[in-house]
Amino acid sequence: MHIPDGMLSAPVNIAAFAVSTAVCGVAIARANKTLHEDQAPQLGVTAAFIFAAQMLNFPIFAGTSGHFLGAVLAALVLGPLNGCLVMAVVLVLQCLLFADGGITALGTNIFNMGVVGGLGGLGMFHALKVLLPDTRGGFLASAALASWASVVMASTACALELAISGTSPLWVVVPAMTGVHALIGIGEGIITAATLSVVLASRPHLITSRGSGFAVSTYEEA
Amino acid sequence: MSRNNRLVFAIALGVALALGTFLSPFASSSPDGLEKVAHDKGFIEKSEGAPAWRFALMPDYAVPGVSNNAVATALSGLVGTLLVFGAGLGLVKVAARLRAPEVPDDSRHD
Repeated sequence: MHIPDGMLSAPVNIAAFAVSTAVCGVAIARANKTLHEDQAPQLGVTAAFIFAAQMLNFPIFAGTSGHFLGAVLAALVLGPLNGCLVMAVVLVLQCLLFADGGITALGTNIFNMGVVGGLGGLGMFHALKVLLPDTRGGFLASAALASWASVVMASTACALELAISGTSPLWVVVPAMTGVHALIGIGEGIITAATLSVVLASRPHLITSRGSGFAVSTYEEA
Repeated sequence: MSRNNRLVFAIALGVALALGTFLSPFASSSPDGLEKVAHDKGFIEKSEGAPAWRFALMPDYAVPGVSNNAVATALSGLVGTLLVFGAGLGLVKVAARLRAPEVPDDSRHD
């Protein structure tokens, strides 16, 4: 879902860039107060894992592939703001080092995948947690469904931006993007749940309070 | 940080590196969702110009100058994963550094 240069209009890119900057700014200001240097490996490893997993495209149907997004995983493990920052780090490096995503669309990609995917997905997670049992299974199911939703939401945002930019008509691009990503999101849900399962089994306290109910709530040494 | 936690993070980083290095050459090369939609709905040409940023070291996840595609991809995954890990560490260093110095916490027994 990394949008290249040339697909979106300047006003759309500028507006999305402004929102992404604001969110990241708030996140950094908050991190100044609450982030502990001991958390560096946690953020670094989460970013590294998401980057690596995003390289692993899996086939969806003939001629199409999908890949992991990781925004909800990041939000659940690190909290919403640090999760956004990690997504931003991944996206910035993907753009600058690998030309994955255009630099003019970088703010938009961070908005779609980090803000909409991460914050929207986390919101969905909390809504689901209320409905599902407060157990490990309920947690993983909420995470899986929220991850699926995050991919769909991010792709819909992308489709809306393409439509507003005049690149493709709304009634063409929204169903196309949402449809494909509804399938890709299944992979997202599976990978997220599997990863969280492993983290829960080894270091449950690494899942921060904003993401979980039954898991240990604060970041603390084992 | 306790040795135990350090080990867990090292293993997790190891997994990320293994994924990025050894699995990435086997990733599907089909276009991703957006690209496919762009092809099908006729707006892929909009992206076909040169990117605005011209200094990508490993465009399309391939280290330039390596003739074997799989190796080029694997190396780009290795380097990329390490650099992203470093950037994540750097982010915390930068974000945390403006804090006032901490009072030593006696409850930590590392």
